[in-house]
Amino acid sequence: MNYLRQVTRHLVKDLQLEWRSRDAINGMLFFSLLVVVVFSIAFDPTGNPTTTRQISGGILWIALLFASVTTLNQSWAREVRNSVLDAQRMAPAPASALFLGKALANLVFVTAVELVIAPLFVVFFNVHALGNGLMLLAIMPLGTWALVVNGTFFAALGLRAKNRELLLPLLLFPISVPAILSMVNATADVLTGDVDPIQPFFWIKLLAAYDIVFTTVCLLLFETILGAE
Amino acid sequence: MQLENPSRSVVPRVASALWFAVAIVVLAIGFRQAIFLVPTEATMGNVQRIFYYHLPHAILGMVFPYINCAASLAFLYWRRRDPWKALGADALAVASAEVTVIFVTIGLLTGSLWAKPAWGIWWAWDARTTTYLVLWMLYVSYLIARKFSGANDEGHTLAAVISVFAAIDVPISFMAIRWWRTQHPAPVFGGNGSLDASFYPAVWWNLAGWALWGFLVMGLRYSLERRRQRIQEEAALEAIEASLEITQ
Repeated sequence: MNYLRQVTRHLVKDLQLEWRSRDAINGMLFFSLLVVVVFSIAFDPTGNPTTTRQISGGILWIALLFASVTTLNQSWAREVRNSVLDAQRMAPAPASALFLGKALANLVFVTAVELVIAPLFVVFFNVHALGNGLMLLAIMPLGTWALVVNGTFFAALGLRAKNRELLLPLLLFPISVPAILSMVNATADVLTGDVDPIQPFFWIKLLAAYDIVFTTVCLLLFETILGAE
Repeated sequence: MQLENPSRSVVPRVASALWFAVAIVVLAIGFRQAIFLVPTEATMGNVQRIFYYHLPHAILGMVFPYINCAASLAFLYWRRRDPWKALGADALAVASAEVTVIFVTIGLLTGSLWAKPAWGIWWAWDARTTTYLVLWMLYVSYLIARKFSGANDEGHTLAAVISVFAAIDVPISFMAIRWWRTQHPAPVFGGNGSLDASFYPAVWWNLAGWALWGFLVMGLRYSLERRRQRIQEEAALEAIEASLEITQ
């Protein structure tokens, strides 16, 4: 239980810091809103209702992807100021606890943004789920975790690199291809009601498998990149 | 201070010169086979001959990533235990990554060039081509991350970790993309099943030639990287010795 307590401490610390300034969440919220508006202008939901329904899953996840990239870089900036990262490295607590706490905190932030964006999305795109809407309660957390876990890891990886803000999307997007494919198709299946009768939950299972595999890899390798010198 | 012992480098030099000569000869034979000797394909005509360049590059583009993954894992293992071996592993990792990117790029380009006259479209988002594109993106991001992280032990550790991620991601990507394309079938491409035996000479000669070439280029890049490492070590040693002199 010691490990869990450390994770909780890190999580609470990040949540507290974010709550005091609220700049990451505000920035993310407005950014996602802007992306949704720009996509509405680009794809005209009213003029093409059927097409909109088919691509709406993709648009939602792209908006969230860009929003989370902007916040992930910033989440480690806190640790770099005032040599906090060096203190973390010297601390006897396992580094993976720091990683897990921060990833969970980022999950909370992105989920908060999702809870605001999703209704707005329904409004702007006039979509309602033709399939089982409750499936979205499974897809959204799994998809968000897939983005956040790898994003937090690569954001930490690029901390001492030059062009660190650019490096995160460059690394994250190729690695996330199977996750993006899964979450977009799963969401689109729910929204259009067009679910494969033979393997209805394939995308969700693949997303869950992706989450498990990459969470494990990130937890195992975080110590390596934290103490990379 | 001598950077290399001249007598020790004769064998590698002769070997690589021989290897280069053999590679050129095999490539020339392959060229002759592919362009002149092998019969023209029935449906596509002479355009099909680009296949003899596309196939070796596509296959080899999938061989070098494994070398990169093994070298990266070896680097991570030896990093604290045996730094000298770790340096060698890292040099092999960067050499194989660069050769991967070259082969995969050429595979993608020749594939597109062939696709336009053969299928009528430049790019088909089918399972194999999309996975190949993802492979390309992963290794380009590896090289960019390496460049941004600096040419020191820290940067190389980060790159090795990215290589591990890429290696894990490729099979998952393949499964996801294959399912994606099964659900939404790709355009049907005309008769591209098995290859008639009369085409095999061109395939084998070109595959052998480009494999020889790829390993040669990787070997050259490896030795280049080793020299750069040695120069870096010498410079670091000189700096340390210079700092020692001052205190005395």
